[in-house]
Amino acid sequence: MTDCVENRLLTSRRGLLLGGASFAAWAYLPKFARAADGRDPRLIVVILRGALDGLSTVAPLGDPDYAGLHGSIALSADGAHPAIMIDSFFALHPAMPEFARMYRDKHAAVIHAVATPYRDRSHFDGQDVLESGYAGPGRVQSGWLNRALEALPRGERVSSGLAVGPTTPLVLRGNALTVGWAPVALPQADDDTAMRLVELYRHRDPALASALSQGLQLDKVASGDDMKATRGNAVAQMRQVARGAAKLMAADDGPRIAALAFDGWDTHANEGGPVGRLAFLLGGLDGALAEFESGLKDRWRDTVVVVATEFGRTARINGTEGTDHGTATVALLAGGAVQGGRVIADWPGLKLANLYEGRDLKPTTDLRSVIKGVLQDQFGLSDRTLAETVFPDSASARPMKGLVV
Amino acid sequence: MARDSQAALVALNRFGFGARGGASGDLVNASSDPRGFVKAELSRANGVLLEAPGLQSTPQLGQAVFAYQDQVKQAREAAKAAAPAETPPADQNVPLRRNLSLNAAAEITGQMADAKPAENTVRPEAMQPNVAPPAAKPAPQPLNVIQKTFRAEALARLQRATLVECGFTERLVAFWSNHFCISASKGELARIWAGAFEREAIRPHVLGRFADMLRAVEQHPAMLFFLDNQQSLGPDSRAGQNRKRGLNENLAREILELHTLGVGGGYTQGDVTSLARIITGWTFAGRQGQLGVPGSFVFNTNAHQPGPQVLLGKTYDQAGLAQGEVALADLARHPSTASFIPTKFVRHFVADEPPPALVARLRDVFVKTDGDLKALATALVDSEEAWKAPLTKLRSPYDFLVASGRLLARVPEDPGAYLNNLNLLGQPLWSPPGPNGFPDSNAAWGAPEGIKLRLDIAAQIGARLGNNIDPLDLLQFAAAGAASAETRRTIERAESRQQALALLLMSPEMQRR
Repeated sequence: MTDCVENRLLTSRRGLLLGGASFAAWAYLPKFARAADGRDPRLIVVILRGALDGLSTVAPLGDPDYAGLHGSIALSADGAHPAIMIDSFFALHPAMPEFARMYRDKHAAVIHAVATPYRDRSHFDGQDVLESGYAGPGRVQSGWLNRALEALPRGERVSSGLAVGPTTPLVLRGNALTVGWAPVALPQADDDTAMRLVELYRHRDPALASALSQGLQLDKVASGDDMKATRGNAVAQMRQVARGAAKLMAADDGPRIAALAFDGWDTHANEGGPVGRLAFLLGGLDGALAEFESGLKDRWRDTVVVVATEFGRTARINGTEGTDHGTATVALLAGGAVQGGRVIADWPGLKLANLYEGRDLKPTTDLRSVIKGVLQDQFGLSDRTLAETVFPDSASARPMKGLVV
Repeated sequence: MARDSQAALVALNRFGFGARGGASGDLVNASSDPRGFVKAELSRANGVLLEAPGLQSTPQLGQAVFAYQDQVKQAREAAKAAAPAETPPADQNVPLRRNLSLNAAAEITGQMADAKPAENTVRPEAMQPNVAPPAAKPAPQPLNVIQKTFRAEALARLQRATLVECGFTERLVAFWSNHFCISASKGELARIWAGAFEREAIRPHVLGRFADMLRAVEQHPAMLFFLDNQQSLGPDSRAGQNRKRGLNENLAREILELHTLGVGGGYTQGDVTSLARIITGWTFAGRQGQLGVPGSFVFNTNAHQPGPQVLLGKTYDQAGLAQGEVALADLARHPSTASFIPTKFVRHFVADEPPPALVARLRDVFVKTDGDLKALATALVDSEEAWKAPLTKLRSPYDFLVASGRLLARVPEDPGAYLNNLNLLGQPLWSPPGPNGFPDSNAAWGAPEGIKLRLDIAAQIGARLGNNIDPLDLLQFAAAGAASAETRRTIERAESRQQALALLLMSPEMQRR
């Protein structure tokens, strides 16, 4: 894929209709019998499309081969922009001070050398596997988060407006009804015209009737001055989307489970080290996480944000000071409900013999285990539902324990 | 007759950009011989090329960008030299007032007057509201050569799409252009070249051979820039050795995955790397023109990985440029390509789930004719399935906007409204989100927010133009006897012409193809 930075963020590969990142949520509140403990869990899944360089995000400075492989773009613990040591071995990219603070407060964790079961290097298939939750590509009708929603007890319908993303990311597509919202400055068609069209569609085109009815409903409820679309600045857009999402999700009747996608991580050339392109994007992600934290207010303590990408990038930089498509990478968890302050990794090492196919960080953790662990701890989904419905054929990837407080 | 109208609707909507309003008589003409109406365009040999006054070649445009970039640089340096000491920092977050004392009104005014135009830190909105601006607000920046060119290219394409009779060849251009897409978002060169790329690499081959289009695309500076190949150096090439840089496999991967075999088409990581080596040296001449005319395709021997390469089990031992050209020719007629391309083609024109028998037939045509794209298009129009399959595909935003403009018989004189609406609806012109192009399915274009936005745009068009039209006449132009009774009634009963036009543009007859 292309490696253009800013403008790649304006649209997602699945036809996002507006500038910004896509965001969609479950249309219902989950109904838990255990209101007694006062927990009101929230989950936000952030998909980074384009393949994040995990070795530049959380750099294994303690690995003797890292600096040589990552060459001119390698992070280091000194210099003008030192990486932030988060334990004796790993260091966080300096563009992520907010995540570093959350990590120190034990509200953020890193899972390293992680990958989906996909082992080839096509973005599009990789994203399909990441978002569909199936073991292989080609199944793109529904996403794992949507199937998880179907297994949850359904309560009241969310009544707040929802933001961004006229299309639903695959991870949240499926039978369970979802909502989204788009910050548009376009004058809207009046209600009467809309109702007449819905009526026509009901008779002649049920699919369009359903799409338009949903679109109208969303637009009604979405509001807020700070959610006007702004153009141009990708980082500002990431923050803006997160701010809008957090505001909506903080409401008592707001959505509890949502997904959004940020594009543009395909850093084939001139990726940059402590500063530069990737740094710019990571800064945007860091800002978005901070927006979630401040916007969710008291609800942050019940929240888990999962950040995942389709695969990693080559351990060795390529001929153009970037990285090509690879395999294992990082996943990030943030939120008051995260049992954080740690890097979870069965570190495979970066010696040539230890690299996957002699070029990529070798996967030692199945991303599905991480997500299953979060879904189980946050929402009480059973092993069986997770292994058969949410992530079909994933019994071997057991839910990771203790990710959530 | 209703049945003729139905076939005419297929001719105009499935294959073309919809009926033109006014005195065109498109629907009537299409009714009498629907197949002939569609195929007529295929026989106009030069009809697919696009020339308009002022549209320039890729090298000319590349040189314009180089010159523009030089100008910008010189202006910046001149500004710096003129005000070396008090230059405000480039960081836009630092307010200008930072340097000023608290009692600042007079000083602000003074500073404003002194500020050089090239310094973008002068922000009137950062001033205190009671401070009168020292001068009128600066006029909006005139368009630079890149923006001007992009708009001129867009306008030429939109005008052509609005004016052509059926629009089948223009739909073919759009299909192939999306298959071999670049994105103008990649940078200044990509933006200025986006239109030229389509005119030079796509259009001449839309009714020609797939192999020729493939070669033209992969050797076009816009594609080489878009997928980084101009930066890729053979590790053992002279340049690679000298500059300690090397391979970038971006273009090679997408050639295999997206342009020819398709994902799952039977290639490995090793093949990606081999092809990347094979096409090292495929680049374009830079501003200095050391390798050739600036902005033109060149083969740079110094960057080319020497020696034979094995791709898909076959050894390519040709020297230089020929190695890649022979490899591309083989990829163009590979069995996986012959299956991938027709499937995508039928999916675009007929249904999200392409009828297997039709795909199989087109695959045979592709193989037997060695990738003759005119034969492929003809076979599609000659098929039974293409006429029998119900009109279930949603028009893409581009198709929808062009079809609306045609029906309203409005030839655009400025591309601005189209470009804005395309951005809003998620199909910014020549700027797909990735090298796989814009999606081509109802799932992508039929999302709730997307449909709602279409309605908002239709309502705007209705409000602006509804006064001057008779909506029932337009329905007659658009669908005649194929219009449903419900659509007709909905338009008849609308409370205003404006509303009627919005409803017509949003009717299933206008949205489905």
